[in-house]
Parts: sequence; structure tokens; C-alpha cells
Amino acid sequence: MKKLLMTAAAAALTLAATAFNATAADKIKVGFIYLGPVGDLGWTYMHEVGRQMMVKELGDKVETTYLENVNEGPDSERSIVQLARTGHDLIFTTSFGYMDPTLKVAKQFPKIKFEHATGFKNAPNMGTYSGRFYEGRYIQGVIAGKMSKTGTLGYIASFPIPEVISGINATILGAQTVNPNIKLKIIWVNTWFDPGKEADAAKALADQGVDVIMQHTDSPAAMQVAAQRGIYAFGQDSDMIKFGPKTQLTAIINNWGPYYVKQAKAALAGTWKAEDTWDGLKEKMVLMAPYTNMPDDVKALAEKTEAAIIAGELHPFKCPVIGQDGKAVECKGGKNLDAGQILGMNFYVKGIDDKIPGGK
Amino acid sequence: MGLVEAIIISIIAASTPLLLAAAGELIVERSGVLNLGVEGMMIMGAACGFAGAWLTGSTFIGALFGIAAGMALSFVFAVLTLGLAVNQVAAGLALTILGVGLSGLIGAGFVGEKIVPAPQLYLPVLTGIPLIGRILFGQDGFVYVSIALVVGIWWFLYRTRGGLILRAVGDSHTSAHALGYPVLKIRLLAVLFGGGCAGLAGAFLPLAYTPFFIPGMTAGRGWIALALVVFSSWLPGRLVAGAYLFGAVSILQLHAQAFGLGIPSQLMTAMPYLATVIVLVIISRARGAAGSVAPASLGIVFVPDR
Repeated sequence: MKKLLMTAAAAALTLAATAFNATAADKIKVGFIYLGPVGDLGWTYMHEVGRQMMVKELGDKVETTYLENVNEGPDSERSIVQLARTGHDLIFTTSFGYMDPTLKVAKQFPKIKFEHATGFKNAPNMGTYSGRFYEGRYIQGVIAGKMSKTGTLGYIASFPIPEVISGINATILGAQTVNPNIKLKIIWVNTWFDPGKEADAAKALADQGVDVIMQHTDSPAAMQVAAQRGIYAFGQDSDMIKFGPKTQLTAIINNWGPYYVKQAKAALAGTWKAEDTWDGLKEKMVLMAPYTNMPDDVKALAEKTEAAIIAGELHPFKCPVIGQDGKAVECKGGKNLDAGQILGMNFYVKGIDDKIPGGK
Repeated sequence: MGLVEAIIISIIAASTPLLLAAAGELIVERSGVLNLGVEGMMIMGAACGFAGAWLTGSTFIGALFGIAAGMALSFVFAVLTLGLAVNQVAAGLALTILGVGLSGLIGAGFVGEKIVPAPQLYLPVLTGIPLIGRILFGQDGFVYVSIALVVGIWWFLYRTRGGLILRAVGDSHTSAHALGYPVLKIRLLAVLFGGGCAGLAGAFLPLAYTPFFIPGMTAGRGWIALALVVFSSWLPGRLVAGAYLFGAVSILQLHAQAFGLGIPSQLMTAMPYLATVIVLVIISRARGAAGSVAPASLGIVFVPDR
């Protein structure tokens, strides 16, 4: 009997020692690292909306801090360390470029829980989360293909990383379902946030005959240019309808709040684990803004496409996916490309008459 | 509107804030003061300019708010560097950090608000002339102000006694002081003028370029303006050339991409900066023959003996 107790005690001790997060807490401190200003109305703004939802739902059980305008790279490491040193239990780092710094800091502070948005590297105390934005972009492609009169769409892209490339591919695959000859002009601005430059890119696209503009940058500048020129655009990250009441067709809305609430609750309860979360329309991490400024049949088609993606009947990267060289891409996921192929996408599909900068 | 015309209009718009801010800084540096806080004064001009226009419904009053905000911030810089003889580089960098923070605070309530963009000039017949009509007679007020500003600065520096004194102060503050010129007062006026120009340059962004306010929307244009002053070797004519070259390369690279020329976009994005470096090298090699050099007292603290 005594031996059994000893064993149990030893087991409990081991458990306590290894599972540092298995203890419930009354209150936690949660930190956020933001890329842009909270008022950018785009990427950072939506993370801030998520943080506010967490505060509203959990009340005084959480104390939150955020640092905005944190540059990617070495700057971010200092900021993450600062949050770690000031007693934060759970830290969300919300841009792709924070991946390596977050991993480095996570190793230095094994007792703190880290979550990195849109990356692919994990650690025992570092999870990742992202949205399946390509699902929304596929729907946008379908709408754009229907709405374009010139048959040429414009795409303002930020950096040639897989998330952006998979968005471009999903867009043209969607557009090809309604117009097989659709063209896509792509401008890389090499920034996430520079309203002036985003506007310049939108003007250049409009001047070259594009009549629907999509963007993977964070401000509503492109929407405004499209409104001035009388062409269409899509909102990015948040609903940007007020910048183009007659311009916005729909918008991809990043809905982080429920996830932040869930993870904070897990940390409070001591059940937090480093996981790899990648949710889309079905789980409501990605939402579509109301379909506006389009005829009823296009709206119906968009809604049907959205419903099919949610039901799992339609996958934007359903095999065969044909690459630029005309050959089918190896289908690792059986019926569709697998998660790794989408998260690491580094090729354009057939129909895009361009090259990935610095790519093959 | 033809493509060439559209491209030229975009280039002028992209160059204007750089020209406005750099023109002001040119005067500041000609007086012997190095104010690295241009980015901070610009973003303050953007926030306050937007606030002014939103509250009053007038682009003109918004622009005045922007100028006032830039001047107010530059006054802080003047108190530090001229009054307390603080290191100019450190004070300028601090000014940028202060401006970025303060503008976020001031602008927070205006994020997502909309204003009517600055009106564009329209002269019947003249604006309608093919190709050049829109370019010459169809811009917004800021464009004309920027050109008038540089012409005025050239005239002031080289055709007036005041300009001669300003240059003398910048080249040798001790000599100018010995001759009885009020060095600190002249520098204060120059710093305030530079602040006003930077504020106006910042106000141009939310009032005309992208008519909304978002924190951080100057996105480093203040730093480019600073580089342009060096690029111009402190000469107004070259400043115009530099600002338009930078604007042209940055707009043309976007068009080249949309045409699908297949040049790596990272290289394209670096083009304006590369062009700046190349021209700088050429200018400094030719300096012996034609160029002017930096004001000799630039960045050096002056404490008058009393």
C-alpha cells in the first residue's frame, strides 16, 4: 500500500514537473504583438477586435497587453522578450515574420505559452494558428470572373510567401470556373502596409484596363481608388464597405476572437496545448462580408460556392491542380492538395501569365 | 485619358509629398541645422491635417492644421537643439518617435472617418487640352504649392539678402555671429519653416492622396525626403529632379509589373533607392566641377558667447 502511494506521489510529481501548464489559474496575463497600428482597419485591427472580444468574454480573468507597430525580424524578438519578462502567461505573435523570433523566445521561456499566427514552426510551448483565407479568395475569384467586363483582374500582392501565392492561385482557379480565359495582372508591392503605395498599385492596375481589384495588403487605399475609377474591389481582413459603398463586392473577414477566447480559457483551465490550428469558413475563422453590388445570379452563385466549401463538397485545390508548365501537380492529399502543399505553395497554376518573384 | 497621361499624373502625385517635405528640410539644413524628425513632423501633419479637414469640411483649413502641427513639433526640436544645445541627431530621432506616437493618439478618433478629397483644379478649355491639359491644369492645390515653394526657395536663397545671410549662418555660424547676425533666431525661423513644410507634406497624404487617416500612413516618406536633400547636394533645382525621379521610378516599376515584364519585384521595389544611390555617386564624382557641398556648420551645435 505504502509502495503504491509512493508510486502515485512520484507519478504526480513527474506529471506536475513535465506538464507545466496542467495547473489551473484564476487569472492570466495575455500579450499580443502587432505588425501594424491597431487602427489600420485591416490585419492588425482584426487581431485587436479579437483581443477585445477576449477581454469582454473573460472579464477580469485576463489582463491583456499589446505592442503595435512591431517590425518583423530582430525588433520583434526584443518585443516578445519584453512581454515574456513582464509576466505574461500567453503571448500571441500575429505576423508571419515573427515566426523565428517567437520560436527563439519560446525556447528561452519554456513556461510561457506562445501562439504564432500564419507560421509553420512549432515547439512544446508554441502553437500556430491561421485561417484558410484561400477559401474566401476562391469565392472572390468566382465573383470577379462573373463581374469583369474586360476579362482582366488585378491583384495587389505583398510578399511572395505561400499564403499570398495560394491566395492568388485560389483566386484564378475560382475565376476560371466561370471564365476559362480570365487574365490576372499581379503587382508585388513588397510591403504589408503603405496606403500610398497600395493606392499607386491600384491606379496602375486600373490604368492598364483592370476592372476588378483584389489585394493582399492591409489598408483600404485600393478600395478607394477603385471607387474613384468606378471599378470593383474586395475588402481585405475586415469589411471595408464604407470606403466603397458601390465598389465592394464582398470582403474576407478575419475572425480571430472566438479562437483567442478559446485559447485563453484553455490556459486558465490548464488544458492549453501547443497545437496547429488552421480553420476556414466552416469553423468561422474566415467570414465573408455581405455580397453587394452584384446581380442576383452572381450573388446566388457566390452563396452556393460558399455553402459548398463549408459542406466540404468543394475544395479550391481539388485535384488535378494544373501547374504553369501544364502538368498536374502531385496530389498528396488524395482528392485535394494536402495541407503541407497549400501551406508551402511556391508555384503558380495554369492561367497565370507571370512569374513568382525570385521563384522558378 | 491615355496611359502615358495617367502615368505622369500618378508620378506627380507620388512625388509631391517628397518634394514638399524635402524643400522645407533643405532650408533647415542650409541654416546649419540637421533635423532628422521629418517623418515625425509629417505624420503629425497627416493626423492634424485630417482632423482639421474633418472638423471643418475644408481641405484648406486641414492643410493649415497640418502646417501648424509640423511647426509645433519643430518648435519642440528648436527648443531642444537651439535653446538647450542638445545633439541634433538624437533630438531629431526622438522627434520622429514622439510624432509617430502622438499622431496615433490624435488620429485614433478619426480612423475610418471619411472626408471629401482635395478638389482638383479645373480650367475650362485649358484642362481639356489633350495630353498636357490634365497634367498642367488639372492637379490639386498641393502640387502647385510644391512647385511654387521650390521656386520661392531658389529665389530666396540666391536672389535675396535674407538668403545670403541664411547660407552664411549655415556655412559658418561663428563668422555670422561675429558679424552681428542673430544665428539662433535665423535657425529658429528655418526650423519652423521646415516643420511647416513637413506638416503640409504629411497633410497631403490624407487630404488628397488617399483620403482617409490611418496611423503610420506616411510609411517612411520622411526618410526619403531627408535622403533627397543630400541627393540634391542642397540645391533646389536638383531637389525637384530628385523628387520626380524617385516618384517616376516608383510608379513605373508598378506599371512594369502589371505589364508582366518578368523582372523580380524585389529588384523593382529597390529601383528608386538604387537610382538614388547611383545618382548620388555620379553627383559626388562631378562635385569638383559643378556641385555644392553640405553647409559647413551642418549638425554642429552653436552656443553664442554672451
